[in-house]
Amino acid sequence: MKRVALIGMPNTGKSTFFNRVTGASARVGNWPGITVDLMTAKILLGGDMVEIVDLPGIYDVHGFSDDERVVRQLLETAPIDLVAIVLNAVQVDRQLALAIQVARLGLPSVLLLNMADEAKQFGIRIDTAKMAALLGMPVTLLSAKYGQGQPEAMATMARGLAKAVPASTDAIKSKLAEADRIENDAASVIIAAVDIPERLPAHVSDRIDAVLLHPWLGIPLFFLLMFLVFQGVFRLGEPMQQGLNGLFEWFKGAALVPLFAGLPALVSGFLLDGVYGGLVTVAAFVPLIVLFFLFMAVVEDSGYLSRAAFLTDALMSRLGLDGRGFVMMLLGFGCNVPALMGTRIMRSRALRLLTMLVIPVSLCSARLQVFMFLAAAIFTAQQAPWVIFSLYLASFGAAILTALVFRRSYKSDEPFVIELPPYRLPTARQIGLRAWQEVRHFLHRATRFIVIGVTLVWLLTHLPSTVPPGSAGTLAGMLGHAFEPLLSPLGIDQQLTLALIFGFIAKEVMIGAFAVIFGLEGQALATQLHANFDWVQGYSFMLFTLIYTPCLSTIATLRAESNSNAFAAISLVWGLALAWAVSLAFYQAMRHFGY
Amino acid sequence: MTPLLNLRPGDEATVAAIHADAGLRQRLAALGFCIGRRVELIREGAFSGPLHVRLGTTDVILRRTQAAQIVVKR
Repeated sequence: MKRVALIGMPNTGKSTFFNRVTGASARVGNWPGITVDLMTAKILLGGDMVEIVDLPGIYDVHGFSDDERVVRQLLETAPIDLVAIVLNAVQVDRQLALAIQVARLGLPSVLLLNMADEAKQFGIRIDTAKMAALLGMPVTLLSAKYGQGQPEAMATMARGLAKAVPASTDAIKSKLAEADRIENDAASVIIAAVDIPERLPAHVSDRIDAVLLHPWLGIPLFFLLMFLVFQGVFRLGEPMQQGLNGLFEWFKGAALVPLFAGLPALVSGFLLDGVYGGLVTVAAFVPLIVLFFLFMAVVEDSGYLSRAAFLTDALMSRLGLDGRGFVMMLLGFGCNVPALMGTRIMRSRALRLLTMLVIPVSLCSARLQVFMFLAAAIFTAQQAPWVIFSLYLASFGAAILTALVFRRSYKSDEPFVIELPPYRLPTARQIGLRAWQEVRHFLHRATRFIVIGVTLVWLLTHLPSTVPPGSAGTLAGMLGHAFEPLLSPLGIDQQLTLALIFGFIAKEVMIGAFAVIFGLEGQALATQLHANFDWVQGYSFMLFTLIYTPCLSTIATLRAESNSNAFAAISLVWGLALAWAVSLAFYQAMRHFGY
Repeated sequence: MTPLLNLRPGDEATVAAIHADAGLRQRLAALGFCIGRRVELIREGAFSGPLHVRLGTTDVILRRTQAAQIVVKR
């Protein structure tokens, strides 16, 4: 099958074009030796099925950024039959060099000038016939967002492919090695074929920027917008999650329980609470991920994300992170899983990994539920809000500490020079497609891991079958006993350790786990907890719960997104070690001062 | 001749020299920072945040450390 690669600079609408051409059929493809995800799809082009691959946005074929290396590596190893170069017609004056670079490599190529609608607004006229003659490749105008020019673009690609004489990867490799006078060639074609007015008309973007990037208003507005996104995702998400959970419970009661009734209790428990419970855990994340990416797509496609980076970069650069990382960190306070997936917008791997290490200590809404319950049980109604507030501060502190510790190990050599695209209205199709792709990605990557994890914890807390589930006699109880020397200096006893083992799956499970461990529910459980643990123990336990590990889904996502078991392990070990050190310091200091 | 860093918002100047390593130089060139190009400083980020500059139709944000490596002529 012939292969077509899309190459272009960031923010040229290359992926929009890719999504429009491929619809929902795109898959994450595996490429030997390449660690990033590349989207590929099979489409019908000029009567033949061809494979189309969306390469990362690059500024320069000879560049040094992570993405530029990926593209270069791919061109040097995988045979490409046709390169479709996507450039922004508004900025064709400086982007054209990329097209010439690709052509010089001997790769058969066609040039698609996207955002023709915006170029028209700016009064930029492009003589495609003249440009095609000068470049020696077909040139066509396109507006990928609205679909204008798409049939022509497809036809151009089909014609290009029919005539293409593939270049050998060795030849490309040798040509990549020699840099040439590209800038000059680009300049002469621009002078001959493009007419750009001296003064550009004042753009709407400038007027919006005057408010959103205002020296004093900018940051408050940023927090307001983030708050609205946050509220939007979780206010809408919670009822959807509950509805979905209700549906799964109903299905379990109506269909699965009668179906498994004939099986031994242990086997049906394993299937219902272990395996099925795991699937329910996965499903509970789906509404959140859909909503998160619907909102993120709006923030990102509108061009605001780069503005947010501008506003928060002063703080983040001191932590070795950048402004985009701050947005993800904030959203991690809702749910860590989509925030981790959202780091994909960062193009430097080191920067992305550092951000991914920081996010799991964000106090997510699931942890908040546990803290609300424990704070109400152990502290007075006057103290409880301050306890919760202090835990948020602890979460920020842990994030800053994590960044400072790992800043040198994940040092990004990528300069912070990014383009500020004009504000654009995202289309519903673009946004919907994005959300759908992310959910599929999550289900595909995380389901197996989560189901296995949930099942494993179920077995630990239910075997051997001769003792009551969740009691000291189970495997988990024995594990708790084994950890006692390590955790008792933190004020965490065997029963609390058991709750932590449950909490490994998801923090939502923890309150239920307390009920199982103590054999009590609701107010009776709260009274029992108050009687069993003093506030120093309680707070130490909450600190540990905050930091030790987010949940199985977060770890699964971390592993999938980093494509590295070692990285997921580092994050897990760091969380456990930091939690232990923080709780130990707190508990021992308080006891030392006589509390 | 002065580093880009020293411009005030609203100032326009011409890029005169870029004192950067190959990686940054290439990235800057791709975004339009070539010798002789007109560049306008649009705004500065609060708390020593990044600079927002404009080159023709392209708006770019860059940190002050990078802006210090670009020399401009008013």
